[in-house]
Amino acid sequence: MSVSAAAASAGNVARGAASVSSGATVVSARQLSLTFETNDGPVNALADIDLDVRKGEFVSFIGPSGCGKTTFLRVIADLEKPTSGTISVNGMTPEQARQKRAYGYVFQAAGLFPWRTIERNVTLPLEIMGYSSAEQAERVRRTLELVNLTGFEKKFPWQLSGGMQQRASIARALAFDADLLLMDEPFGALDEIVRDHLNSQLLELWARTNKTICFVTHSIPEAVYLSTKIVVMSPRPGRVTDMIESTLPKDRPLEIRETPEFLEIAHRVREGLRAGHSYED
Amino acid sequence: MTALRDRIIPVAVVVAAILAVWYIAAIFMNAPYQRELNDRAHETPDLRAFIGQTWAQNKPTLPAPHQIAENFFKNTFQVKITSRRSLVYNSWVTLSSTLLGFAFGTVLGILIAVGIVHVPVLDRSLMPWIIASQTIPILAIAPMVIVVLAAIGVTGLIPKALISTYLSFFPVAVGMVKGLRSPDILHLDLMHTYNAGKAQTFWKLRVPASVPFLFTSMKVAVAASLVGAIVGELPTGAVAGIGAKLLAGSYYSQTIDMWSALVAGSVVAVLLVAAVGVVGRFVELKMGARP
Repeated sequence: MSVSAAAASAGNVARGAASVSSGATVVSARQLSLTFETNDGPVNALADIDLDVRKGEFVSFIGPSGCGKTTFLRVIADLEKPTSGTISVNGMTPEQARQKRAYGYVFQAAGLFPWRTIERNVTLPLEIMGYSSAEQAERVRRTLELVNLTGFEKKFPWQLSGGMQQRASIARALAFDADLLLMDEPFGALDEIVRDHLNSQLLELWARTNKTICFVTHSIPEAVYLSTKIVVMSPRPGRVTDMIESTLPKDRPLEIRETPEFLEIAHRVREGLRAGHSYED
Repeated sequence: MTALRDRIIPVAVVVAAILAVWYIAAIFMNAPYQRELNDRAHETPDLRAFIGQTWAQNKPTLPAPHQIAENFFKNTFQVKITSRRSLVYNSWVTLSSTLLGFAFGTVLGILIAVGIVHVPVLDRSLMPWIIASQTIPILAIAPMVIVVLAAIGVTGLIPKALISTYLSFFPVAVGMVKGLRSPDILHLDLMHTYNAGKAQTFWKLRVPASVPFLFTSMKVAVAASLVGAIVGELPTGAVAGIGAKLLAGSYYSQTIDMWSALVAGSVVAVLLVAAVGVVGRFVELKMGARP
């Protein structure tokens, strides 16, 4: 089990990190591999991934382009089928989990429907899942409040800034009761200042809703700041090179990024990336 | 003022250039017949008078713009609109079959596109036929449609409208296939994560995404419908309509009548395309497009 192995090898950094990782297993992957057949021959997007995500954890996947972090998220979401190995989501296959609407997915781009207002974008999944209109209105109010977009219900996406659009897409993913939130570089296209702001808002939201979050990023500070567990990946073939349980407290002001503890974890992430030859070519 | 300089002046210059060329061309094209007339009448007008004569013939080879304008004005505004001579009446006859054919064509085009997008077999089997259908000259098809339908007792508006349908379904079908396939992968993935059914994806994603494509292709289709309606009037021996006016004009060498019927046709075309554009803009604004 490379999970426990990685956790054990985490050494001093991993000390006392188990505070949140005691819940039930939400995502469990064993020997998971995925090979894409392309015109240039097969590409090993994922090779022998062993991984557990427990309830209430905030797990970041970090690595350079092509390391399979997004692919892994898409496998959890049943947007890609693994070639071999097993994966379960809430104890079901990804397909069953998707049919049970077990997760909300936030894409790299906000992906709002331009012809719908913010409010109607948030109700989109609710309409599809057959919620009553009273229930829809209530949930829109609640989730837009959660992402600080109250007052923008009637605006169209183009009338909002990029950061606000991404918050609206998070609201859309939160609108139905999925306990698992899959986020694929949701803040990748935003500038640093907006990103800091959204990161702290996301932590707040996570603390309030007690969701399990899988978060793909290629920013080391973002991964360390947000996560209870950091999965370091490397490309060709896409694999896990290190798994770091964060020792940071659950309550994290932005200033925590200046502390030695934070820098130590960041250093280890960087080492993990280097070990995976991620800094080459 | 800037609007005047940037928009009106360029258009005005082009119009002036066209009119100048037209008047000059009218002199040369009408000159031989005018000379013949003058020889017979033993008249020898000076150049100025001669040019005036070429611009004032009864049945000129190329009527001068003011002759067409005069005829158009008279037959549009000074004749009762119930009169056979009225361009308004004739335009209305053509317009009604245009609109009916356009409606049929739009519905047919959308249905074909929906089929092509959802049924792979149709995608492969239907598209070549649709494209082939448009390579057949409408002038060849039109009389057959009219004759065949008349043989089974369908006459009047419907046969003409069907010719419009034949021309107008094509742009709508092609545009809507593109439009219904236009959603981003991201949006399709999103619907997949919601476990949305095919029908839900269709109504909530594909249809709204295709609306801009629909109106663009409807603009092309409505102009094609008008051409279809006019062509449909030619072989039917239609008694009214822009096509009938054109045909009658050519029988009796009433070139001025023909030209003013052509002008009426273009006015109708401009109005139709503009109307589709306005409706399209309205719908897009309702759907959150940037003003």
